[in-house]
Amino acid sequence: MADQPQQAEESLSVQVSPVSRGRARPRGSRREILAWYTIRVSGLMLFVLALAHFSILHFIWDPGEQTADFIASQRWNQFFWRGFDWLLLMNVLFHGFLGVRTVVLDYIHRPAWRDFTLLLLYTTGVLLFIIGTQVVLTLPSPGGVQ
Amino acid sequence: MIRIPNTLRYRPREGMVAWAFHRLSGLGIFAFVVLHVLDIYLVGGNPALYDEVLAFYASIPGRILEVVLGAALLYHALNGLRIIVIDLWPRMTVYHRALWWATWVIFIGVGVPGGLIIMRPVWLPILQQLGLA
Repeated sequence: MADQPQQAEESLSVQVSPVSRGRARPRGSRREILAWYTIRVSGLMLFVLALAHFSILHFIWDPGEQTADFIASQRWNQFFWRGFDWLLLMNVLFHGFLGVRTVVLDYIHRPAWRDFTLLLLYTTGVLLFIIGTQVVLTLPSPGGVQ
Repeated sequence: MIRIPNTLRYRPREGMVAWAFHRLSGLGIFAFVVLHVLDIYLVGGNPALYDEVLAFYASIPGRILEVVLGAALLYHALNGLRIIVIDLWPRMTVYHRALWWATWVIFIGVGVPGGLIIMRPVWLPILQQLGLA
């Protein structure tokens, strides 16, 4: 009888490693499940959007040729690229802020500190949303946006 | 007898190293995103200051930071994909170690050429001086 648990373990066809699963999908709380899926869906989006953005602005163009004038007249003279960068920003905000929220929940345990840090985090997120959206929508392009 | 420092005695396994790097790279990218939204705001708000910031990005120390940023981004992207694969397909946990090494093969294969492109202003003049380019 003593070796029964071991036998049961061996009979499993798949051995699930306790170290490799990352954060298991939460059960119960709708909010936590939503956060879990949001991190993963936005992560997949960012795999394409963020890597493409970095490649375009570091491999195709060089930071040495990027001035404010370059952004206004060449990089953001098309609705497509403004939309692309805005979509990237939206995914980064949800992904990044939910990610830092996870870190805060992991390390800050005192309720008052935790609430304060999360409030600061969400405020920063909303501010970046406003600033980023404003610049995408209002930056004038000398030749007009096509 | 060789004495091994305590910090090196504990040999972390793949899953733990993957997790630590994922968290560190995530926090680093987060910090840059905050900076980057603010610097892009300058394009409309203060174009002259934006050009100064970009001149720093184009300098050698700036480029070294860009290589670090690109490395963090590439690692976080590849390891994140590995996490999603394992989450959606738990059977892949059996191969989690192989997946972990695969992320590093892709990381080196994509990252080294990428780093070389960003650092071009450092090595291209040397090659030119040697008459190789």
